[in-house]
Amino acid sequence: MAEAVSERVFTGLSAAKGLVIGTLVIEAAAHQGGRQAGSSPEERKALEDAIVLAGRELEALAAKAGDLGAEILEFQSALLEDEDFLALSFAKIEAGGPAHEAWATALDGEVAEYRAGDDDYFKARAEDLLDLKDRVLRSLFGTQTEAPAQMEKDTVLLAEDLTPSRFLELQGPSLRGAAILGGSPTGHVAILARAHGVPLVVGLNARLDSALHGAPAVLDAKAGKLIVAPGQDALAAAKDRLDALATDRRAWEDLIARPAVTGGGTAVQVSINLDDPALLDSLPPEHCDGIGLTRTEFLFSGGHLPGEDAQFGVYKRLLDWAAGRPVTIRTLDAGGDKPIPGVTPVGETNPFLGVRGLRLSLRHPEIFAVQLRALARAAALGPLKVMVPMVTVPDEMARVRVLLDRALADLAAAGIAHARPALGMMIEVPAAALNAGSFAADFFSIGSNDLVQYLTASARDNPAVASLADARNPAVLETIRRCVDAARAKGIEISLCGDMASDPDLLPLLLDCGLRSLSVAPAQLGPVKLAIHRQLGTGGRHG
Amino acid sequence: MSDAAQTQGEDSFVHGEAVVRDPTGLHARPAVKLTKLAKSFEAKVEIRGGGNGPWINAKSPNAVMKMKAGFGETLGVRASGAQAHDAVAALVGLIERNFDG
Repeated sequence: MAEAVSERVFTGLSAAKGLVIGTLVIEAAAHQGGRQAGSSPEERKALEDAIVLAGRELEALAAKAGDLGAEILEFQSALLEDEDFLALSFAKIEAGGPAHEAWATALDGEVAEYRAGDDDYFKARAEDLLDLKDRVLRSLFGTQTEAPAQMEKDTVLLAEDLTPSRFLELQGPSLRGAAILGGSPTGHVAILARAHGVPLVVGLNARLDSALHGAPAVLDAKAGKLIVAPGQDALAAAKDRLDALATDRRAWEDLIARPAVTGGGTAVQVSINLDDPALLDSLPPEHCDGIGLTRTEFLFSGGHLPGEDAQFGVYKRLLDWAAGRPVTIRTLDAGGDKPIPGVTPVGETNPFLGVRGLRLSLRHPEIFAVQLRALARAAALGPLKVMVPMVTVPDEMARVRVLLDRALADLAAAGIAHARPALGMMIEVPAAALNAGSFAADFFSIGSNDLVQYLTASARDNPAVASLADARNPAVLETIRRCVDAARAKGIEISLCGDMASDPDLLPLLLDCGLRSLSVAPAQLGPVKLAIHRQLGTGGRHG
Repeated sequence: MSDAAQTQGEDSFVHGEAVVRDPTGLHARPAVKLTKLAKSFEAKVEIRGGGNGPWINAKSPNAVMKMKAGFGETLGVRASGAQAHDAVAALVGLIERNFDG
C-alpha cells in the first residue's frame, strides 16, 4: 500500500529542469512475446509486413507529435525506407535466420556504430535506432503498442527507460514529470522533455518497485532528485518553493521584454551568452540588450577548422537576429577544458596555465587570421565587437591589433566589404585585472569563471575545492572593483560575462562593484532582470 | 560559387562539391532531406566526406548519417546514369543552401 511507504530519496542527472508534486506511476518494461519462425520467404514477408505496420504507426504518431517530435520520428521513418539499411536484415534472413533475430541483430550492429566514437550527437541517435528496433519487433510479435500505463492526474512517471516515441505517446496534460533509470541529458527524450516543459531526471539510481506505484512523489528535476512518499517537511518545502517560483515567474514575465532598471532608477544592460546559435530561434531579441559573449568553440567542434565563408555566415546570422543590438564575438578560446584535436597542445601538465585562449591563437596565426577576416567582413553588416580571451600582458593585445590591421588591409586590397570592429579583451588573468589600465582595448569584459579560479587557485571542476572557488571572496570583489575603475578612467565599457552574472543572488554585489552591464545565460534573463528590478537604492558607488 | 563547380571525371560520373554550412554538421534532418532529394533521381547518386572518404549511397539516410560530416567539411557528390547532371546540381544546391527548402 502506498500509505505504508516511508520517505525515500533517489538521485540521478537533471535532463529537463522543473519541480513537480504528483503521483508516482510505474511503467514496467514491455513484455516480449514469442513467435514461430517459418521458411526464408515467409520470414522475409513477415519482416516486410512488420516494417509497413511500423511505418504506419510512426506516421500516425508524427501527425500529432508537434514539429520537434515529428522531426525526431522522421529519421526513424526514413530508415524504414532505406534499402541499404533494410538489406542488412534481409541478408540475415536469406542466410536462414528468423525475422526477429535478423532485425534485432542488424539493428544492434548499427546501434554499436552510432555509439562508437565520442560524438554525443551520434551516440544519442542510437536511441532512435533502439526505438525503431522495439517498434518493428512488437509488430513482428503481434504485441501492439501497449496502452499507456494507468496515468494519474499529475503523473510522475518512473520507468526503466523511455524511447522518444513512447514519450510522445504519453505526453499530455497528465504527464507532469518523469524519472528514468537509463537515458542521458543529451538524448532525444531529454530534448523532447525540455521542449514540452516536462521535468525529467535520467540515470536515476533506483530499482523499479511496484510497491511504490501510486505513492505521492516530489520530482525536483533541477537537483536530479525524486522523493517518493515525501514526509511533511519535504512536502511543505516543495510547496513553498513552487509558490515562490510561480510568484517570481509572474513577476519576471512582466519585466523580461523591457530594459532592466533598478528600483532606484539605475539602468543595467543585460545581454546573453551564446553557446549555440540554434537557441536564437526560440529567443526574442527584445528580451536582451544584445549578445555579450559568443563562444565560437561550437564552430570548431569535432576538430573541424571552419572556413572564412562559413564563419562569416554564422556571424551574419547573429547580427541579423540581434537587429541592431551589439553582438560580441569571442575569438577561439580553446585549450584548458576545451581541447581541439590537432590544434591544442597535448601533454601539458597544467593545461589551465598553459597554451589556451589568445595564447593558442597567437601560436596559430593562420587559424586566427581566418577568424579575424570573417569577423571584419561581418562588422560591415552591424555593430559587431571582437573580444579576445586569456590576455595576460599588453603586448599580446598589441599583437592582436597588428593581425587585425593586416586582415583589414588584405580585405581592402581584395575589394571585399569590411569594417573595423571594436576590439576588446576579457579580463580573466589576475595580472591583467590588476594592470587593466595599461591595455589598449576598446572594451573590457570580466570572465568571472576563470578569474575566480585563478584568484583562489581552486579548479572549478574539482568538487573537493569547490567551496574555496567562491565568487563572494572579498579578493574577487575587490579585483572586479579595480577593473571597473580602470575602465572608467579609460572611458571604455566594461561588462561581466561569467556565471556570476547569471546568479540573481550575486547581483547586489556586482552592482555594488560598479558594474552596469552583465551578460547572462539566456534562461537567466528573467530571474536576473527581476533581481535588478528588486534592487532598491542607488545600487553602488557609481549609481 | 567555385564550391559548386561540376567536373566530368575520368569515369562516367558527373562530379560536384559543396561545403556543410550548418554549425552542427550534417545531422538527421539534413541527411533525410538529402536522401529524399537523391531518391527523386533515377541516377546512381553517391556522396563522400572529408575530400577523399569512401563513396557512399546518397539514397541511404543511414549511410549519410554515418559519414558524420561536420561543419565546414567539403562533401563530394557524384552521379551516373539518367539525369546525372541534374542530380549533382540539385544535391550541391541543397547543401550550399544549407538545406533550406
